[in-house]
Amino acid sequence: MSWLTDPLTYEFFVRALTVTTVAAVVCAALSCWLVLIGWALLGDAVSHAVLPGVVLAYVLGAPFAIGALVAALVAVTLIGGLRDSSRLKEDTAIGVVFTSLFALGLVLISVTPSQTDLAHILFGNLLGVSTGDLVQVLVLAALALAVLVAKRRDLTLFAFDPVHAFAIGLSPRRLSALLLGLLAVVTVTALQAVGVILVVALLVIPGATAYLLTDRFSRMLLIAPALAGGSAILGSYASFWLDASPGGVVVLTMSAVFALVYLVSPRHGLITRRVARRRARTAVVGPTSPATEGNRP
Amino acid sequence: MTPAVRVEHLEVRFGDILALTGTTLAVEPGRVCGLVGMNGAGKTTLLRSVLGLVRPVSGVVHVDGDPPARARRAGGIAYVPQSEDVDWDFPLSVRDVVATGRYAHLGVLRRPREADRAAVDAALDRVGLAALADRQIGALSGGQRKRAFVARAIAQGASLLLLDEPFAGVDTGTQHDLTRLLRELAATGATVLVSTHDLDAVPALCDEVALVAGTVLDQGEPAAMLEPASLARAFAGRPGA
Repeated sequence: MSWLTDPLTYEFFVRALTVTTVAAVVCAALSCWLVLIGWALLGDAVSHAVLPGVVLAYVLGAPFAIGALVAALVAVTLIGGLRDSSRLKEDTAIGVVFTSLFALGLVLISVTPSQTDLAHILFGNLLGVSTGDLVQVLVLAALALAVLVAKRRDLTLFAFDPVHAFAIGLSPRRLSALLLGLLAVVTVTALQAVGVILVVALLVIPGATAYLLTDRFSRMLLIAPALAGGSAILGSYASFWLDASPGGVVVLTMSAVFALVYLVSPRHGLITRRVARRRARTAVVGPTSPATEGNRP
Repeated sequence: MTPAVRVEHLEVRFGDILALTGTTLAVEPGRVCGLVGMNGAGKTTLLRSVLGLVRPVSGVVHVDGDPPARARRAGGIAYVPQSEDVDWDFPLSVRDVVATGRYAHLGVLRRPREADRAAVDAALDRVGLAALADRQIGALSGGQRKRAFVARAIAQGASLLLLDEPFAGVDTGTQHDLTRLLRELAATGATVLVSTHDLDAVPALCDEVALVAGTVLDQGEPAAMLEPASLARAFAGRPGA
């Protein structure tokens, strides 16, 4: 058991483990909606675009979350504006805006005299989690998770059928803004853990994995955080013993779980479906269920 | 009597495209009105204008004598989308989808009460989907999917139902079932506005028909509207429609 308990004697490890797990869990909850709405690319964009906001917040001594929120707002407004005011499609607008903002962030870091290392923001800085960082991550994560859980039914309705949401007096625009705001907040929690570049992994992979495992959103919302939290813990230990990049190992752990589920998920796995199809073909009498094939447009 | 739906001199543009112009329509409560026209004639735009989802350039839309926002907040309007506008792989059960019809009547957390669950069960029963309630929404046949969305409208207790091409891609049995269901709802006072380019469905379903081609050309009894001379105007088409 010493492999389990030894790392816990190092305070830096305990802090890193806490931050990574908490960030992974809250990102995973949000990822369920992002994956279903088709906002994976937008998640990627916003998580990169917060960079200049975070740097400016650092310079001004303001909380990172404020800077990230403002930058995310700017990014989303620019993306929407560019899409609506030109003939460009949304993915093009996203590509233009987020790379520009990310580049601005890089330039700002390079001209800002500070102790903050560029590499720490880009790749995370798990080994140097201060008490302040820890408190910030815990507070933001708790806040985001509470809002997500309280508003989960409205958010799911917005993801499934925004016109019905509108028809019964809800505001799809406001729900969409809420999700994007939470995306910015949650990005800040994950910044320290895995860095700007890998945040999108936490925002996409857990939701994608859970979606391949269940046909119930309520279960997806439990499975995704559970898998992400488990991967975060496993990955943190692995990176400790392998002496490898913590953010990288955590994300790779999630990727491995995803790959496994993609292949052998009971309902939607690639291999599982092939085997089921072969069995159906060889069966003497095979009543085909309308549920599995041929019914999806 | 205040019409359930009143549209006057409506003009809707999407960028440079004129979708509807000079559009006027009135439907009395408890009536089933068919919007008949070609694809691209503006039927969906008209339905969405009645909902208030499309912001018109000019003109008036009233539901029960007020702007549609009031009826929306009261849960009075139900919208049944076209099949291709729905993500059928979405991880929700039939019951989950029907339950969203109750949201207008619930608190901020949308936690359903016992009465709401009963309303959902009753709606599922009414459309004959009680036995399939726990299936994923996409694991239904085309006709069952349509009935699930009508069940949502019933659970909602809406007094105005807007249906966008409910008969596209469904078999005649389903068409018959849906027609009976919508006639029953109209008999209990609900107003139904249904777009279709399928003329066969119209006589059994509709009390009146509005011919749509970039505007409402004419509104009247189905028999009169379905006469070749009338139809020719609606289906002669305008350039690009």
